[in-house]
Amino acid sequence: MKYIEPHAHMVSRTTDDYERLALAGCVAVCEPAFWAGFDRSSADGFKDYFDQITLTEPQRAAKYRMDHYSWLCINPKEAEDLGLAREVLSLIPERLQRSNVLGIGEIGLNKNSQNELKILEEHIDLAATHDQLILVHTPHLEDKLKGTKLTLDALDAHPDITPDRVILDHVEEHTIGLVLDRGYWAGMTLYPDSKCSIPRAADMLEVYGTERIWMNSACDWGHSDPLAVPKAILELRRRGYSEDWIHKVVYSNPKEFMSKSGKFRS
Amino acid sequence: MKEDLSTVEMDFISIRHKLLDVAAFLDRVERAKEDSDFRVKALQEALPLLESSDSQRTKRILEHFSDFSESPIEQAPGKGACGTVPPGESA
Repeated sequence: MKYIEPHAHMVSRTTDDYERLALAGCVAVCEPAFWAGFDRSSADGFKDYFDQITLTEPQRAAKYRMDHYSWLCINPKEAEDLGLAREVLSLIPERLQRSNVLGIGEIGLNKNSQNELKILEEHIDLAATHDQLILVHTPHLEDKLKGTKLTLDALDAHPDITPDRVILDHVEEHTIGLVLDRGYWAGMTLYPDSKCSIPRAADMLEVYGTERIWMNSACDWGHSDPLAVPKAILELRRRGYSEDWIHKVVYSNPKEFMSKSGKFRS
Repeated sequence: MKEDLSTVEMDFISIRHKLLDVAAFLDRVERAKEDSDFRVKALQEALPLLESSDSQRTKRILEHFSDFSESPIEQAPGKGACGTVPPGESA
């Protein structure tokens, strides 16, 4: 089945993974800016990183006939240093003009600190000023519920943000209702362990339906699986769902949301 | 449209396997004398939530492991999360 991988950190993956994605039916891969596993020492590191995800990764993807798109930001894990964060924020506007940049992301909170929240609010304002889509990272584990509520409040507080142009990713059973009820899109990130599993994501689709929801693998440098989405397709087939029903979640929905950028063509 | 398939037939053996992993983990930490760790305590306290019958077991357990404080903390203590709220931190 043709599908879109709407959240993948391909800088962390080998060329073999691009091949596996293509073999599994992936037609487009979308890469939010994230934490590289270490703190970058200056804004120059982000200039190189932004070039990597907007210029280099599309070339790697193209060798397997896949489109590659990206999102720009400084991840909340590096937002505690306000000076660095604001310097990186100043790099973003001119790079938003690149043809494969879909918006601002993945922004959000990590440990729900005051500085993280300030930088989140500045990212939201940047997106509003430049009429950009927003992709939000919600915190992990014990911090997720609180961080999701703080993020929703920050988004709701901005007068120029409309919920149908924002997706909150990494939702789980205790946050998905909060996100959907307030009109935002919800992303379910599938992990081999630690967070949302494939069967639980399928359960959430059964409970909450297929409107304003996508699934992704994240496939970062940690324990993760680039083929999580096709494995979820198999799980949904096992449960007896139709090809059209599954196609909506893994292709039509991400296409609908990302097409709001005016740049998504896959 | 969902066809009529047996959920129990598809998944029982796999879930039985996972439940035994939980039991084995609790045995293991007891042998290692780590059963007073706050994370193990939180896990043990979550087990009765499996017996509820409101079709919200997963949500209830996630909430059990969650920080329910409302204000941002002054400064991030690090980057990682440990899976449940450490003793002395807001809950």
